[in-house]
Amino acid sequence: MASSMKMMKRKELEGHLQDVDVFEKPKVKLEQYPTTPHIAACMLHTMCSTFDDLTDKCVVDLGVGCGVLSIGATMLGARYVLGIDVDEDALDICSSNLENFEMNTVNLLVADVRHLVSPQCLHLHKKFDTVVMNPPFGTKHNQGIDVEFLKAGLLLSRHAVYSLHKTSTREHILKKASDWGVEAKVLAELRFDLANTFKFHKKTAVDIQVDFIRFSHKIAAHTL
Amino acid sequence: TIEWCKFQLTARSLKTPGKVQKTMKLLTHNMLTSNIIKGVTKGFPLKIVAKKVEVKEVDYNAAFIIKTLSRVDWPALHQAAIEVGHGEELPDELGEDFKENDTLLKKIHNALLQVEVIDGDLVCPESGRTFPISNGIPNMLLLEHEVGN
Repeated sequence: MASSMKMMKRKELEGHLQDVDVFEKPKVKLEQYPTTPHIAACMLHTMCSTFDDLTDKCVVDLGVGCGVLSIGATMLGARYVLGIDVDEDALDICSSNLENFEMNTVNLLVADVRHLVSPQCLHLHKKFDTVVMNPPFGTKHNQGIDVEFLKAGLLLSRHAVYSLHKTSTREHILKKASDWGVEAKVLAELRFDLANTFKFHKKTAVDIQVDFIRFSHKIAAHTL
Repeated sequence: TIEWCKFQLTARSLKTPGKVQKTMKLLTHNMLTSNIIKGVTKGFPLKIVAKKVEVKEVDYNAAFIIKTLSRVDWPALHQAAIEVGHGEELPDELGEDFKENDTLLKKIHNALLQVEVIDGDLVCPESGRTFPISNGIPNMLLLEHEVGN
């Protein structure tokens, strides 16, 4: 059932997302940095126009932070978005953004994503059409957290999971996907410039090469 | 060395005067369980003790409601609706012919997406442990001893 709504152009989406307030005091330990409007717009536009994974869909944003992905997903027609983050302060900023954008179809939850996916917690499993995330990479004494987020995403999703992972971990991530029996496709390589995010950093520029990957369960074509 | 970021409360409230309203929909409640706590297995549905509830208009889409219903725990939704004062709109059982019943679908749409809990608590039916809904955001962070395997 296709939506008759004309999809917003990527440039227009990016323009809107520039109004999303970001972390004022990002917490290093949580690897907090905002997904830039440009990267978010590229990701979301692909999810929508190439794969039709946002319009009229039920979406969850793992590690929602300030909410740029959730806000963009809603602009592209997601009917309900749940944003989960472990940091209440980030969710305060996210709530403020949702208010500014006058969005009332995004709900937020303070929780540790890793604790939501144990076998007894079936009530979140497979409840979402699409999972989006820009997870922590595991560079701050939290090694393996990127894989844990991915595992959580795959449990919550009926169809697709979109995520960002360091290009240096590509082989490792793709092998995990293969082990789990899910399909994985690197859609694009992106570059994060974190120079201006962490002002105290000694280096003048911190460039991280990142893969934008789409994971999906091997099932028959979904019915709408 | 770990470089700690000094965290300070920012003057964020100056940008948006007045309290920002954040909320929990019953669709969200339908997915929350205290089974995340080590040792708890009968933690669904969470009881809602609502202090402030509002209804906010959300665009209606029948197809989305029908699809969502296939994933919703109906008894839990019904109970939650009663707990927040909107139970009279929903039947005890969903039945078979809801797909053609637009009046009913709109009531379900209202319960799932428009009714919002702004202040209250979620209570585990097995252990009594309370998860607060502060400013409309449920907090399900666990204490160290509550974390399972």
